[in-house]
Amino acid sequence: MQFSWDIFTQHLFEPSSFFLHGLWLTLSISAISQSIGTALGVAGALGTQSRFRGVRIVVAFYIWLFRGTPLLVQIVFVYTALAAANIFRFQDMDLGFVVIPGNIQAGIFALSLNEGAYMTEIVRAGILSIDHGQTEAAKSLGMTYFKLMRRIILPQAARVIIPPLGNEFNAMLKNTTLLSVIGVPEMMQVTETQISATFRSFELLSVIALYYLTLTTLWGFAQRALDRRFGEAKGSRAQNESMVGRLRRLLMPSRDVLR
Amino acid sequence: MSENIVEATNVEKWFGNHQVLKNVSMTVKRGEVVVIVGPSGSGKTTFIRCVNHLEKIQKGRILVNGHLIGYRERNGQLIEDAERNIARQRRDIGMVFQRFNLFPHLTALGNIIEAPIQVRGVPKDEAIATAGALLARVGLAEKANSYPAQLSGGQQQRVAIARALAMKPILMLFDEATSALDPEMIGEVLEVMKELARDGMTMIAVTHEMGFAREVADRVIMMDDGKIVEDTPPDRFFTTPRSERSKAFLARILH
Repeated sequence: MQFSWDIFTQHLFEPSSFFLHGLWLTLSISAISQSIGTALGVAGALGTQSRFRGVRIVVAFYIWLFRGTPLLVQIVFVYTALAAANIFRFQDMDLGFVVIPGNIQAGIFALSLNEGAYMTEIVRAGILSIDHGQTEAAKSLGMTYFKLMRRIILPQAARVIIPPLGNEFNAMLKNTTLLSVIGVPEMMQVTETQISATFRSFELLSVIALYYLTLTTLWGFAQRALDRRFGEAKGSRAQNESMVGRLRRLLMPSRDVLR
Repeated sequence: MSENIVEATNVEKWFGNHQVLKNVSMTVKRGEVVVIVGPSGSGKTTFIRCVNHLEKIQKGRILVNGHLIGYRERNGQLIEDAERNIARQRRDIGMVFQRFNLFPHLTALGNIIEAPIQVRGVPKDEAIATAGALLARVGLAEKANSYPAQLSGGQQQRVAIARALAMKPILMLFDEATSALDPEMIGEVLEVMKELARDGMTMIAVTHEMGFAREVADRVIMMDDGKIVEDTPPDRFFTTPRSERSKAFLARILH
């Protein structure tokens, strides 16, 4: 079939309500899963430092399992395999103003657990990058472990964690496409349904690719703004930068992310 | 209320197979200023880190203000104490580090009020008022809103001293407080330490600054190879030291 500009531009600039709903799902599922995953990462990182060997073993197993198996397998396993073995079936959840289908819950569950394993390593590296003298100073002032973690170490580790966290969210946005295999009506699933009806795979896949490119590029801007705000040591902010210079800095990939 | 703020008895410590503290015993009375000197590797830094239990000991005991620190007795044995007990004891012991260890994400004021608010539960206004007074005392009132990165080494160390003092400790430990400073800045920090000594603070300072020892120390302790080889008032230490090790050490450093 010949490439149809009409079909391409129509879907690009006048997306169907299904597609827009899919976009909304992509964004919300990504945000929710990344948040849960990051919280799991902090807990996991503290777990790797635990003085209880049992805790360390459990966390090590969790990381090994979820970093060692494909995300797609995890997603299908959580939704389909657990139900098939009558271990757990994700049911639709009625919250009054909205119903959350079982497959979306399963998707968020799998994405969060997977992300948590990767975030554990990232948070752990962040915590370990903080000079040990900080912990000693906090201890010498009478702070207990959790207090010094919360007030002194984690706030400093956050600066180290934010760049890789940005990269993780970039991956998360794209990983949501995998939820199409369990029927979640995000953009890829909607696109595939449209393709089977119209056979316009080239145009439609080009459209979804452009949508994702736009999402990840916009996130890239946000990422660089975040890096700017959190990556700089306080008190040494660059002064008097022109608008053009700032825009140029935002568009170019940063060379030294970890300052 | 004890007369002895620090009482170390038969303290022994190993790092792996290497023994760094060999049967170390010493006491520090209230208001005393004790300076510990010695070659590197002598165990002097390790020892004061044992006083606030930043380092564990394998044998012996250390009492701070009459209470065993780091450990408690159970059936005649010493087992490691719970973290919250050790943390509570550390509130009364201030420590100043060679590399300052200021919290870079907080201002000078923020650094000083952090522990009083978070650990002692002091109300924020009270903590800020105390911090302001302490900053003035160390000569840095105008730097309250500066971040550590904006301060010189000497200024950072003075803020670190104020931060430790904000907890109103009964004992101050100085671990080579001036060793990482440029020569021009050593004086300003020593001045603060001397004033603290004159105001009656109980202090243990590991230092190479002999002038400081001569001026304000009540006793000079020399350590070598994990043992205390000399424990005398400064005038006697510098003029007629007893041990051969002390004489050799003094000969090398007072050139």
